[in-house]
Amino acid sequence: MSHYEASIREPLVLGDKSYHDITEDIAKPIEGKANKNWYIAFYISLAAMLWGFGCIFYTVGTGIGVWGLNKNIGWAWDITNFVWWVGIGHAGTLISAVLLLFRQKWRMAINRSAEAMTIFAVFQAGLFPIIHMGRPWNAYWVLPIPNQFGSLWVNFNSPLLWDVFAISTYLSVSLVFWWTGLLPDFAMIRDRAVKPFQKKIYALLSFGWSGRAKDWQRFEEVSLVLAGLATPLVLSVHTIVSMDFATSINPGWHSTIFPPYFVAGAIFSGFAMVQTLLGIMRKVTNMEEYITRMHIEYMNIVIILTGGIVAVAYATEFFIAWYTGSPYENYTYLSVGAATGPYAWAFWSLIIFNIITPQFLWFKKIRRSFIWTFIISIAINIGMWFERFDIIAIVLSKGHLPSTWWRFEPTFVDVGIFIGTIGFFFVLFLLYARTFPVIAQAEVKTILKSSGEFYKKRSEQGIPTKPAIVVLDAASKKEDSDNNLNG
Amino acid sequence: MESSKVIHAFYTDDEMLLDAVKTVKAAHHHIEEVFCPFPVHGLDKAMGLAPTRLAITAFLYGITGLGFAIWMTNYMMIDNWPQDIGGKPSFSWAENMPAFVPIMFELTVFFAAHLMVITFYMRSRIWPFKDAENPDPRTTDDHFLMEIPVHNNEAELTSLLSETGAVEINVVDKH
Repeated sequence: MSHYEASIREPLVLGDKSYHDITEDIAKPIEGKANKNWYIAFYISLAAMLWGFGCIFYTVGTGIGVWGLNKNIGWAWDITNFVWWVGIGHAGTLISAVLLLFRQKWRMAINRSAEAMTIFAVFQAGLFPIIHMGRPWNAYWVLPIPNQFGSLWVNFNSPLLWDVFAISTYLSVSLVFWWTGLLPDFAMIRDRAVKPFQKKIYALLSFGWSGRAKDWQRFEEVSLVLAGLATPLVLSVHTIVSMDFATSINPGWHSTIFPPYFVAGAIFSGFAMVQTLLGIMRKVTNMEEYITRMHIEYMNIVIILTGGIVAVAYATEFFIAWYTGSPYENYTYLSVGAATGPYAWAFWSLIIFNIITPQFLWFKKIRRSFIWTFIISIAINIGMWFERFDIIAIVLSKGHLPSTWWRFEPTFVDVGIFIGTIGFFFVLFLLYARTFPVIAQAEVKTILKSSGEFYKKRSEQGIPTKPAIVVLDAASKKEDSDNNLNG
Repeated sequence: MESSKVIHAFYTDDEMLLDAVKTVKAAHHHIEEVFCPFPVHGLDKAMGLAPTRLAITAFLYGITGLGFAIWMTNYMMIDNWPQDIGGKPSFSWAENMPAFVPIMFELTVFFAAHLMVITFYMRSRIWPFKDAENPDPRTTDDHFLMEIPVHNNEAELTSLLSETGAVEINVVDKH
């Protein structure tokens, strides 16, 4: 047994499970056939995705003028979506990296899917700056390449370029972290695959993982070091995204609390999206015994904490906007002006969805309820979208002169691309849920004896986790058999 | 050839395997390899494997990334094509350094993470289109396999391994 766990702690794996049962449970959704609900969800997502792609082609073909932007509000819905998706992409690496450093065993049931969500969300986020360039075929100009390939050298003083480096590092490191963790699980699927084509595919995906003692030793070291590297990385990404705003000189954006507050908001929204996805996934893929009520509750506690940080940041911004006495501060996104002005609906949506709704999670009954968690997580997703919309659109809607008082009115293209990315995200996630091991089964097996319900009950009765030795009789020993099945 | 014969002993429990490895080591037999479906804590120590140096390589790669970022920002912003951007001229790297901190950080992480993982893949010989080398498919499910070379001591090893709780013992000609 790897470590002792007090019997008062709730088990992380429910039911009377052996190592082989875990294998079976995780392999089942991959080996079985998709049900009708999966197909319905998939086709709806696919339709949304295609609609979004159509809007993207229309934008690129015609120009950014098809969006609802104007001379004052030069970016609005698109950058809102960008920040929203990057924020959602924060929970995955936080769960797998920070919780690994903190030795939180409950992460093992959810880290795989949370990381998948991260990667798919960062894909969506990356689309927006590229589309917003208007000429996406020149997107490679953001890379530091010699002058003859594009414009001058890139400007390393610009937070937009920091974004390029932060997000591409984050995406690629998250992808490698995720894939390295997947290798043993792909190998498990490979070794039990019956169909030759399936075996070939999973053999390719598993990179020939064999599970030698030395491989595992390196695997664990690499996971630990990657977690150590990814922890500051995940904090740096939204810090740098916030600097897109904070290093400008707009009232409402030029704020030193943006970096920590954006990071907290990102974790807040990321965990909300994990709750939304896993709430459905645990049912659809029959993972109820791995993603338990306790996992949901722990994630809700993280949501209360980060939501609290966000609420304090809002209060600070609101107070400072009033306390400065500056008329220019009175139409920042958290101010009396915003609460009563033409964008009051957006302001109050933010307050209701993002500050008031999560407070229900203080009640243990609600925190441990699947349906309430699902509803609240949807509310937070909406609230966090409004946060970014408010920061961008409300702040830009009133400049220093009345001639710069414009409002942003989205067109169907703005909305269409957003819906398209939601569709694209769910297409990727649904395909993932059918083809990838959705739970890190090798890791879950390491905690089965210390945190599994069956073994915990036995430990309480004083039964050792190690089974009694049954000595083989000579007859059952097979001589010179060649069972080198993979060789 | 005599030395190409190995014993494959299967276990179905990690604690039992760990005890078995200790027993076999105590009896001064060489353990060629152990295949596991999941990491067993303390197995590397029990087998006498040297600690991995991958973390050290990550540190060195990180330093390389930091150095590269410093060189790159200096070359592009100060040396090759200095510009006055927003009234902030590019006279010296040291004065402009605060703006380069995010780049320096990101490239440190980028180099450390990717090169360490590539080193891991190369050292453990895992990459796309590589064939798996675990001798039995059950070792990625719930079986642990200990591989011990046989040197005219088949009977002795077999009885030793059965006493440690092996569920299956096979003598195999290694290809």
